[in-house]
Amino acid sequence: MSIIVFAENSQGKLSRAALESVSYARAIADQRNTQVIVLCAGKLDDDGGAGNAGAHKVLVDSSLPSSDGQAITSAISSVIDSSQGDVVVIAHDHTGKFIAPRLAAKYNTGLATGVTSLPELGADFIVKRNVFSGKAIATVKLEGPVKILSLIPNSYPISNLGSTANVEQVNLFDGKSSVKVREFRSTNTDGHIPLPEAEKVVSAGRGMKGPEHWGMIEELAKELGAATACSRPVADIGWRPHHEHVGQTGIAIRPNLYFAIGISGAIQHLAGVNGSKVIVVINKDPEAPFFKAADYGIVGDAFEVVPKLIEAVKAHNAKH
Amino acid sequence: MKILVCIAKTPDTTSKISFTDGDTRFNEQGVQFIVNPYDEWYALVRGLELKEQLGGNLTVITVGAADCEPIIRKALAIGADDAVRVNSNIEDSLVVAHQIAAYAKGKDFDMILTGKETIDHNGSSVGGMIAELLDLPYIALATKLDMEGSTALMVREVKGGDEVVEVSGPFVLSAAKGMAEQRIPNMRGIMAARTKPLELIEAVPVNSMTKVLNFTLPPAKASCKYVDPENAAELIRLLSEEAKAL
Repeated sequence: MSIIVFAENSQGKLSRAALESVSYARAIADQRNTQVIVLCAGKLDDDGGAGNAGAHKVLVDSSLPSSDGQAITSAISSVIDSSQGDVVVIAHDHTGKFIAPRLAAKYNTGLATGVTSLPELGADFIVKRNVFSGKAIATVKLEGPVKILSLIPNSYPISNLGSTANVEQVNLFDGKSSVKVREFRSTNTDGHIPLPEAEKVVSAGRGMKGPEHWGMIEELAKELGAATACSRPVADIGWRPHHEHVGQTGIAIRPNLYFAIGISGAIQHLAGVNGSKVIVVINKDPEAPFFKAADYGIVGDAFEVVPKLIEAVKAHNAKH
Repeated sequence: MKILVCIAKTPDTTSKISFTDGDTRFNEQGVQFIVNPYDEWYALVRGLELKEQLGGNLTVITVGAADCEPIIRKALAIGADDAVRVNSNIEDSLVVAHQIAAYAKGKDFDMILTGKETIDHNGSSVGGMIAELLDLPYIALATKLDMEGSTALMVREVKGGDEVVEVSGPFVLSAAKGMAEQRIPNMRGIMAARTKPLELIEAVPVNSMTKVLNFTLPPAKASCKYVDPENAAELIRLLSEEAKAL
């Protein structure tokens, strides 16, 4: 019996979402009195941080192509078969989204994508997952020879056990790949923080009245160390780039802090941000629906409030 | 080009979410249903653009009951050539994937396109499952798809950016925003949709390995703490000291 984690390699270390998956897997392993085995592609610096997060063993396959889902699925299944893996945990990000379903189909087994909490391990394997774009929770029972879970990033804390895991080099790739990577294009340009993984986000909408007023949004984001985002209408009319659109038909994010400035808070927008830990709403309309979803709010004119916030953040940064 | 686009029926984006039958079923009372936006706006439209550019045929498939007919006709009105409905009430992603894979097997589709996830189940699974069942490459969260001769060129979202990948041969893809723009069907399309072929096929028996026991609503949030607009610095203090969010 073992808990298998397929971990994304982020320049020699496990990505943050992968480390969260390791800690989550360790919590299950401890309940089941078994071990966590991590499989990683590429080259790792030592154990990539896996041991500290809870892994007992790390298998590193430097030849495994990280963009070929068939190759990765096959490699994970070798590990499942050789270690009697009975649970697999992968981050519910671009990695988990192309691998977890393949594994479930391969083993004809139960799959819960988008989990945020640990499973109940009684007679049945039961776990909760988010549905209806975060508006509801489904409690599901998984059956089959190996249970596949994908964990939403920023839902489970990374442990700090102070240990390192055994690292073993493996070669599970048979050399045949159908997916060729032509190019990786980074969005980490000009110090802009990529939106999907940002811990803090400053978002704005039609209340800004025009694209020329976004300077203060970008400045607030810069002072906070945040990424910028926007509501759908301002992306559709070209005030902001499409990749900034958060909402039901854009992307869903789960930052620790989400500032919503001049956004009314339509259901479709909320669906994209309801996983945020802290939501701050700034809107001059006291009836704006977003205030019902907010932790903190200021009813006021963004053009007056945001500059004051920028000054306050600068002062805060100077002291910390 | 032989293109298969998988579409699902979902509640529309403004629907009130509530449950019935002891919280085991979504309450459909008063709910309008639509084609899952990621399937319609991104997968279907891009498929149609490629078909228009390169010639060929585009089939839409859905796994569902007779009440799926309106969404099938919508897809046909937007431009699909023909449609298939697998008669099944089961919403388990793997069961659905088995139905689509069974239909697609041996039919030599150049590509099978889906949206990245449905807005109700958020499973993000069916595409990857179909790919595994048919032993095909799967590119998830694709924002661009172009054909260079017989090679497919795709852009997919990854950590810190995106990746341009190429695949020769048939593949499965899930489409995200950026892939295409929503198309509104015109009158001619709506009229033509009425007589385009809609094939009804029976489901293959597959056991479900994932069962929904019940649904619950998330805990209600505490009410908003308001800060005076004249005192913006107080908000920063609260975020730092109380919320520990800075």
